[in-house]
Amino acid sequence: MKVKKVLGLALALTLVGGLVAGCGTKENNSANNGNKGEEKTNTTTTSKAEEIYFLNFKPEIAPVYEKIAKDYEAETGVKVKVVTAAAGTYETQLKAEVAKKDAPTIFQINGPVGYEAWKDYALDLKDSKLYSYLSDKSLAVTSGDGVYGIPYVVEGYGIIYNEAIMKKYFALADKAVSISATSEINNYDTLKAVVEDMTAKKDQLGIKGVFSSTSLGAGEQWRWQTHLANLPLFYEFKDNTSFDNTVLAGLDTKEVEFKYASNFKNIFDLYINNSVTKGALLGSKSVTDSMAEFALGQSAMVQNGNWAWGQINEVDGNVVTADDIKYLPIYTGMPGEEKQGLAIGTENYFVVNSKVSAEKQQASIAFLEWLYSSEKGKNYVTNELGFISPFNTFTEAERPADPLAKEVMAWMSKDVTSVAWTFAAFPSEDFKNTFGDALLEYAQGNKPWEEVVTIFKDSWKSEKAK
Amino acid sequence: MQKSMKKYFALFALPTILAFTVAFLIPFILGVYLSFTEFTTVNDAKWVGISNYIKAFSNQDFLNALWFTISFTIVAVITINLFAFIIAMLLTRGKKGTNLFRTVFFMPNLIGGIVLGYIWQLIINGILFKFDVTLTFAAKYGFWGLVVLMNWQLIGYMMIIYVAGIQNIPKDVIEVAKIDGASRFQVLRNVTLPLIMPAITICLFLSLSNSFKLFDQNLALTAGAPSKQTAMLALDIFNTFYGKTGYEGVGQAKAVIFFVLVALIALIQLVITRRKEVEN
Repeated sequence: MKVKKVLGLALALTLVGGLVAGCGTKENNSANNGNKGEEKTNTTTTSKAEEIYFLNFKPEIAPVYEKIAKDYEAETGVKVKVVTAAAGTYETQLKAEVAKKDAPTIFQINGPVGYEAWKDYALDLKDSKLYSYLSDKSLAVTSGDGVYGIPYVVEGYGIIYNEAIMKKYFALADKAVSISATSEINNYDTLKAVVEDMTAKKDQLGIKGVFSSTSLGAGEQWRWQTHLANLPLFYEFKDNTSFDNTVLAGLDTKEVEFKYASNFKNIFDLYINNSVTKGALLGSKSVTDSMAEFALGQSAMVQNGNWAWGQINEVDGNVVTADDIKYLPIYTGMPGEEKQGLAIGTENYFVVNSKVSAEKQQASIAFLEWLYSSEKGKNYVTNELGFISPFNTFTEAERPADPLAKEVMAWMSKDVTSVAWTFAAFPSEDFKNTFGDALLEYAQGNKPWEEVVTIFKDSWKSEKAK
Repeated sequence: MQKSMKKYFALFALPTILAFTVAFLIPFILGVYLSFTEFTTVNDAKWVGISNYIKAFSNQDFLNALWFTISFTIVAVITINLFAFIIAMLLTRGKKGTNLFRTVFFMPNLIGGIVLGYIWQLIINGILFKFDVTLTFAAKYGFWGLVVLMNWQLIGYMMIIYVAGIQNIPKDVIEVAKIDGASRFQVLRNVTLPLIMPAITICLFLSLSNSFKLFDQNLALTAGAPSKQTAMLALDIFNTFYGKTGYEGVGQAKAVIFFVLVALIALIQLVITRRKEVEN
């Protein structure tokens, strides 16, 4: 009996022990499981030649990178291992991968804040050709004399709308607005009048709501807590005249005023009150749901960036044609917003790992230079990755052909002021998520707006203080 | 016998000891060490003393998660064991179809936590949609959703253990009690329960530690929404580690505190229930 007892206790202890091991290593395990499948496809042709390792941020274009890697290996003999992090897990995976012996040689950061976290791993790229290709050198992430992050894509976001549905609306005899085309919408009041009238006539228009669901599920909130929040903060930091750049002004701001909170509320209310989905149900919606609603013609507008074209296009039963897809800036009721353009910028910067061998660093830089300057590489970037690239190695003709990217470029050349991507200055992921959670509770109707504003300000302050 | 045991001890135990050291001891020690440091990846840690622990305890999210976890554990342990025991009693009466039911009740336990979480999210949201709300609407929905999920998953497993315990009770003891005029409740209270105490110990231990360190189900079902109100300790640790730059060490510190808590609670529970066990 006694043996049994001792045995029982020992067993129990091992179980408890199991938990601890779990705490210490769970993270790594899950990250590993995630990419095992991809690694397998990549290690089929292990050669003696040196190998570089790129940790990709964008799951939607992962297959293209596989093709590029194969081509590059055929051409130069250098093997490129591409591992893609699943949506929303890039930082997690990067942390796990960098700690390994075979660490990523190329990874990406999201701007100055990301650089702070990874500065010990960032190689100075000041003397690289890649940096010299950059058309606007101020876009790079720099620190002191060094250049550590090089942007590789320019993106824009705004309100994407379906021109077919809008035309149908403007053709209605009893429409309540005086304008007759979507392109005439140039401020919040007009947008609001149109949207609300469309909601009233949604049965005639055959839509379920004007806007696609405001996706507020966990991990699906970035369109609001990051992209939409960018607008009021862009204007707030612009008022800070001691800086000529809103990102720098933001980075210097210890306590944010959120003085254009009411503008944020304007557009956010418009989104949730004229949505396909009722406010209290938004916590279950994802970005994919939202894009699918738009693609199926259930909604007329959706806020997203030009990367969303793939998502719209691939939906089964997509009714939106490429010609009908257009962009509208996000109007929030700011004075003078008639001259406001799309939000254009980047949060994708290449970084070369400074802790891998010098040969691997050189090979990594060479790969990036090949991708952005050789004919073959450029062809991939323009036509398959669909990037609007910020490098001067690309001619006017070498621009992506997808409708949203074309729209972004059209807006860039219009006589309007683009909104800079100021969210690069947001203090942390945690700040964004806290704000996103507050937005969800506001949308569900169990948190007053004043509290959301307070949470925004407090969270900024506490995250910045760290 | 004794001698040969000693002789071959090293040979037979070595593989296990090696595996235990590599997979458990080293990560554990490294984990404790990291909780006293500031680091981005495990290779570049900087010693900072106990400041991580101070930050962990002054963190409101952590305390909320602790409170949520404790209330969840209490409710879950009680309901799981109660239902498991009732079902075990029903399924040890030799009725027709007993085996089928045992299998059916046991099956949910074979599904992974993440999958279960998403399945129940669909089910619960499907019902709540009729009332125009979702799981994330208020913390109580998430709380009871988790309780239901845990019950569904663990009842079958606990039931099997109880069934084994009940079947081990000698028939004559119960017969004697009945002849002495004990009512059904008295038999349950004074004969059955004391004799299945070992099963109760194991079941309480398993349900307690499983509820306390719940992660997958929590992540898949609510992911802490709304506003981290339904985040349990393990999820809070995960969020601290990955969600905040520069807070990796604090996450580790929380994990160590978490370990101490789970170990303490489980050991106390073991000692108490062990004492109630009778030798038969």
